[in-house]
Amino acid sequence: MKAMVYRGPYKVRVEEKDIPKLEHPNDAIVRVSLAAICGSDLHLYHGMMPDTRIGMTFGHEFVGVVHEVGSSVQNLKPGDRVMVPFNIFCGSCYFCSRGLYSNCHNVNPNATAVGGIYGYSHTCGGYDGGQSEYVRVPFADVGPSLIPDWMEEEDAVLLTDAVATGYFGAQLGDISEGDTVVVFGAGPVGLFAAKSSWLMGAGRVIVIDHLEYRLEKARTFAHAETYNFVEYDDIVVHMKKITDYLGADVAIDAVGAEADGNLTQHVTSSLLKLQGGSPVALNWAIDSVRKGGTVSVMGAYGPMFSAVKFGDAVNKGLTLRMNQCPVKRQWPRLFEHVRNGYLKPSDIVTHRIPLEHIAEGYHMFSAKLDDIIKPLIVPSAS
Amino acid sequence: MPYTADKPKPKETSEQLRARIPGWGADLDPKDRPSVPRERTDLVTGAHWEFPERQEEEWPRERSVEHKFLTPVFGTSTPPAGLSGMMRKFAYRYSEGRAAHWLILLAADRVNAWEGHLGSFISLHPDNPVTETGILSEFSGHGVRSRFGRKRADLAHQWIDPAIVAGPWILTGAGVYAIARALGRRRS
Repeated sequence: MKAMVYRGPYKVRVEEKDIPKLEHPNDAIVRVSLAAICGSDLHLYHGMMPDTRIGMTFGHEFVGVVHEVGSSVQNLKPGDRVMVPFNIFCGSCYFCSRGLYSNCHNVNPNATAVGGIYGYSHTCGGYDGGQSEYVRVPFADVGPSLIPDWMEEEDAVLLTDAVATGYFGAQLGDISEGDTVVVFGAGPVGLFAAKSSWLMGAGRVIVIDHLEYRLEKARTFAHAETYNFVEYDDIVVHMKKITDYLGADVAIDAVGAEADGNLTQHVTSSLLKLQGGSPVALNWAIDSVRKGGTVSVMGAYGPMFSAVKFGDAVNKGLTLRMNQCPVKRQWPRLFEHVRNGYLKPSDIVTHRIPLEHIAEGYHMFSAKLDDIIKPLIVPSAS
Repeated sequence: MPYTADKPKPKETSEQLRARIPGWGADLDPKDRPSVPRERTDLVTGAHWEFPERQEEEWPRERSVEHKFLTPVFGTSTPPAGLSGMMRKFAYRYSEGRAAHWLILLAADRVNAWEGHLGSFISLHPDNPVTETGILSEFSGHGVRSRFGRKRADLAHQWIDPAIVAGPWILTGAGVYAIARALGRRRS
């Protein structure tokens, strides 16, 4: 089969690999029909996540058709059309049994601080991902769901991470009616977090970024008020001014490890890898939210330390909430929102790229070319 | 104003927002939010086991020392090999709480990249920096038009990024060269 493989920082290619085999009685092998590149894949692509090995296949957003199932699989059969959450989880450990699927303790031998994620380095379990023609899906009775007949495949693939994570981020903000919510980052997760904030009754939703075309999308898709931080000497002061010097009630970091806007943070994290990530957006979130407010962190950071302004968070009495999204827990409610027309995930898709051209897709997404927001990957076999 | 007790009023009322934004307030009640409360024990996961069957361990699988045992299921992509593999196995002697664990893994990643590049040149599929970096999309993706005149923050430092990334490698190389030269002079 054809699969994307990592060849080192800023380099990927498509290679022939063996079709994955069943390695556990509850495994399934899924033929991928549609995948995506996630903004967090860029952290791997840029060499920022520890234990990212040459030859690994990335991709944690994918949908497909069940090709083969293991002997203990009860809920799926070959030919089923499935969507697969980015989390790999057992459904039975201490954490899964409490609904914390992203914190599963039975799937990642390499680390206890993070669960299992498809195609996301050995730090997240060492599983190959879905930017390929076939993928091994562990715990097939627990993770995947059948794609509803009425749901379009492009909506389904975005529900496997970006939509669910943005929606989860808004929930962690504990938004009350009339609250002012500021979202840092107008990428896919930020757009869905902004859109979801309205569902939870926000009175005002503000989105911050430096890419004008994404801010335009935040205005049209997410009905948000937007600001380009490049135009302001100090975006935190501007946030105070436009909230009558109170600050936002809720701030959502939807940027993560490669936030721009501070040269020192950029050099020490993205370039020299001396931090787990550049916490520029997180620090702006901490400083922009009002005292007693809530900061929800959806951006992905590496496991190393980062220079976060923790003192400000303490002194302001903030509530900091964060986690990888337990995707499947969001689906029943998100399916209703998609069906009711409140959310149309595929509205943010800008590029559909054949798997064979995935290197160009990664470069365009990394360099933010051609007004790219969300690139989908189409395997040739599909 | 935070200097008085009143909260600033939103520009639009809830009724106006409901009329303007599809779905506004659909999840206003926290009971409709699927991750509230954070922990729930009434969810049906599909698991039909108390503890999963164990996947076969086909080679000594590296694992965090913070785990009691190898997890029942694990990924089998790219087993550790070569010098980078030795470094990775060594890194797993340290807990996730130690910087040494992560720094050794990051160093192993860089070594692994060089192993991959050098190995490719003795294979039938050598690395191709043009196709693998996707750099040709600078043309199809309008590289110039996408960058300039667009108030992008990253443009301010893009010109110096390669020098900063290469800097530590150049300094290390220069240091190794200076030491070797000094040792050579001492012997002669």
